[in-house]
Amino acid sequence: MTTRRVATCCGAGLPSGNAVAKLFNLRGGVHPEGRKELSADRPIRSLPLPRRLYVSLQQHIGAPAIPMVNVGDQVLKGQLIAAAQGAVSSSIHAPTSGVIVALGDHPAPHPSGLPVPTITLESDGEDRWIEMEAVADPFELSPEDIAARVGAAGIVGLGGATFPAALKLNLSRSSGVQTLIMNGGECEPYLTCDDHIMRERAVQIVEGIRLIAYAVAAKEVLVGIEDNKPEAIAAMQAAARGSAVQVVAMPSMYPMGSEKQIIQVLTGKEIPAGGRPADIGVLVHNVATAFAVQQAIRYGRPLISRIATVSGGAIRQPCNLEVLIGTPVQELIEYTGGYTQPAARLVLGGPMMGQQFTNTAVPVVKGTSGVLALTAKEIGQTEASPCIRCSTCVRACPVGLLPLEMAAHIRASDLSGAVDLGLKDCISCGSCSYVCPAHIPLVHFFNYAKGDLATQERAKLKQEATKKLADARNERMARIERERAEAAAKRKAAREAKERAAKEAAQKAQDQAATETA
Amino acid sequence: MNPIAHSPHAHAPVSIGKVMGTVMLALTPATFFGFWLYGWPAINLWAVSLIAAIVGEAFAVRLQGRAVRPALMDGSGILTAWLLAISLPPFAPWWIAVLGSLFAVVIGKQVFGGLGQNVFNPAMAARVMLLISFPLEMTTWVAPAPFGSAHAPGLLESLRITFLSQPLDGMASASLLGHVKTEFTRGIGLEQALTGYYSPMDMLWGSRAGSLGETAAVLLLAGGLFLIARRIITWHAPVAMLLGVAVPALLFNTIDGNHYAGPMYHLLSGGLMLAAFFIVTDPVTSPNTALGQFIFGLGCGLLTWIIRTWGGYPEGVAFAVMIMNTVSPLIDQYVKPRIYGRDRKGAAMPVKKEA
Repeated sequence: MTTRRVATCCGAGLPSGNAVAKLFNLRGGVHPEGRKELSADRPIRSLPLPRRLYVSLQQHIGAPAIPMVNVGDQVLKGQLIAAAQGAVSSSIHAPTSGVIVALGDHPAPHPSGLPVPTITLESDGEDRWIEMEAVADPFELSPEDIAARVGAAGIVGLGGATFPAALKLNLSRSSGVQTLIMNGGECEPYLTCDDHIMRERAVQIVEGIRLIAYAVAAKEVLVGIEDNKPEAIAAMQAAARGSAVQVVAMPSMYPMGSEKQIIQVLTGKEIPAGGRPADIGVLVHNVATAFAVQQAIRYGRPLISRIATVSGGAIRQPCNLEVLIGTPVQELIEYTGGYTQPAARLVLGGPMMGQQFTNTAVPVVKGTSGVLALTAKEIGQTEASPCIRCSTCVRACPVGLLPLEMAAHIRASDLSGAVDLGLKDCISCGSCSYVCPAHIPLVHFFNYAKGDLATQERAKLKQEATKKLADARNERMARIERERAEAAAKRKAAREAKERAAKEAAQKAQDQAATETA
Repeated sequence: MNPIAHSPHAHAPVSIGKVMGTVMLALTPATFFGFWLYGWPAINLWAVSLIAAIVGEAFAVRLQGRAVRPALMDGSGILTAWLLAISLPPFAPWWIAVLGSLFAVVIGKQVFGGLGQNVFNPAMAARVMLLISFPLEMTTWVAPAPFGSAHAPGLLESLRITFLSQPLDGMASASLLGHVKTEFTRGIGLEQALTGYYSPMDMLWGSRAGSLGETAAVLLLAGGLFLIARRIITWHAPVAMLLGVAVPALLFNTIDGNHYAGPMYHLLSGGLMLAAFFIVTDPVTSPNTALGQFIFGLGCGLLTWIIRTWGGYPEGVAFAVMIMNTVSPLIDQYVKPRIYGRDRKGAAMPVKKEA
């Protein structure tokens, strides 16, 4: 086992917590240059109301939402404008009041920049809320009701995975969760949005956490925060005092904000390969999600805005902004004073797992935690050179894989060899690529291979389905043929029997006639 | 705007060139000590080795139709030649250095496909080739003649030594391992063989007959610790190699002190320190995992001790490393890290829920 109990590092120089937590060792991980200082001391500011909002219908894992409005419709802030479609989907609400001016395609916050179905809302400048149902004591609601309200509010995981939160609550309640872990890791360099929401809205977050814990009947609630955020730890500990919520300082390490890693460091447990946290009785939510849950349950406010960090060496005034979903990224960059120098790369999310984008017209979506404009020096990537098998990637991998061997197999088009080495266990955290002295884009290899594998598996499924259909058809044809033959044989037999009977009768008659004549 | 790039969008400030440069920096103290100890001929030999490696590698890369500049700029060929040079007898003729360097970078590396593809450590392969092909030149040692000492060769004389193979009278000497081996064959016991010949302090500081940069154990150790501190290498392979030599040495020395030398004698002689920190830590030819590297180092150490003790050659490091190089892929086959959420065999962990 790679995990073993170590002395807690909680609370050095911090206000004494309400819990003495034991931490567990992690393997691998890297320590990328944090660059959080750029925006760490910038309190959350609200972006002025944009004129137009581009609300994408695909803001979550799963099927896109179905629009519920038409062009020309007047909508109020918080009004449902697109409904969830299917189980793993989420509703979308109007970020402000105004008129729907278009239902069409708009560039998506995705590296391809390809357009996706989008509702365009022109703001009327009044920012008028729809009537909302506030709840005086949310703890009087039933757990099912809480999950339903979270679902109605369109809340998805704000840590980046954008999994519908209500679905996670329901799954967790049905499979019996013991431990609720709130993820305040925020291990991505540059990003400070979770740090600031914890510093500034700790009371609401803790209430949101208690609501989630109540909704899934968790017995233990741990809030893991990296120790490079002392103010956030202090604020959360103060807000959690007197409740069952335990705030735990964790060592700063990338990828501490990954679900698997935060579970491991706080509980020592590992999610079985191919499984989910619920399999070991754990539920993980991001702290910003808890805030959204509190707002939805207590005040009936749907998720229409989020906190995002705008940062990077090319940004004049890095900061944390509360932005409406659908705001074009361009407006965020302009609000922060624009560029100090041409950006070598624009990234949505953090630099380790975020996605490059090229079109600044793309909108903020529910999962947008950061907008980064990086300089060439910050990217630090150059031409790849040959692998010297230094195994730095092996030491960095938090999952225990052999990235260099996997890449060698993929380079040789041996996907099954890569799978044998654990390709499917790779969490694409980028630690291996980050440390590789040969600058080999290892994660790129793995994601390419995973995509290829998925395509192959789909093709295989399709082929199997086709084969099954063909087999069924062949069988059916054979059966029809057989039945036809049998029927023909039966008919023939009947005819022959008849003929024989007639012949016999004729013979009999002849014989009789012969006897009679004799 | 740049073309679409994949995450991560940040990179640690490292490169292969920097890694190789750091290793060369770590080799510098021991090398400079060798220069001081053996004078101008040692400097000539080192320079000739490096030049031959650069020219040979450029030629080989050009033949393969690959870009020459990046292949040379990574510094791996120069490092190989450097490692080979400091393992040579300091007064060896120029063609030993040239042949060795060319063999190392062309046969030892480029023939296998270039950087990262070779099976054997190129420097050790070249050394073994030279040792087998030119045993006389490869075992002609000289007593130290530091700069400023009475019998230190001058610049002109040193050019004659290196380039005209002019022998130097009165300076020939045996290395400690060779001396003991010879004495053993004459039936002389260890204690007597070492009397007046062996001083642990000299061994530590390296003022004795031996290879160009192998003798100063302390300086090599310091370079190795520097590499560990800079996270270029880990402790696993070096410590394992030292243990692999020291443990059997201690055991057999305790049993029969007159036939088997003790651990200090083994640890401080020959190329052990150089190999432990600079050769068995070669990423290309050693296993991937920490445990694998430990096993690899242990094997190198044990084989070194066995060859030194019972083999035909006085020194066994180069042979031991090459033998273990062939085992390295096998170690990688069997020693793999445990994957998160799986057991050692790779099966998914069972789902165990708390009651």
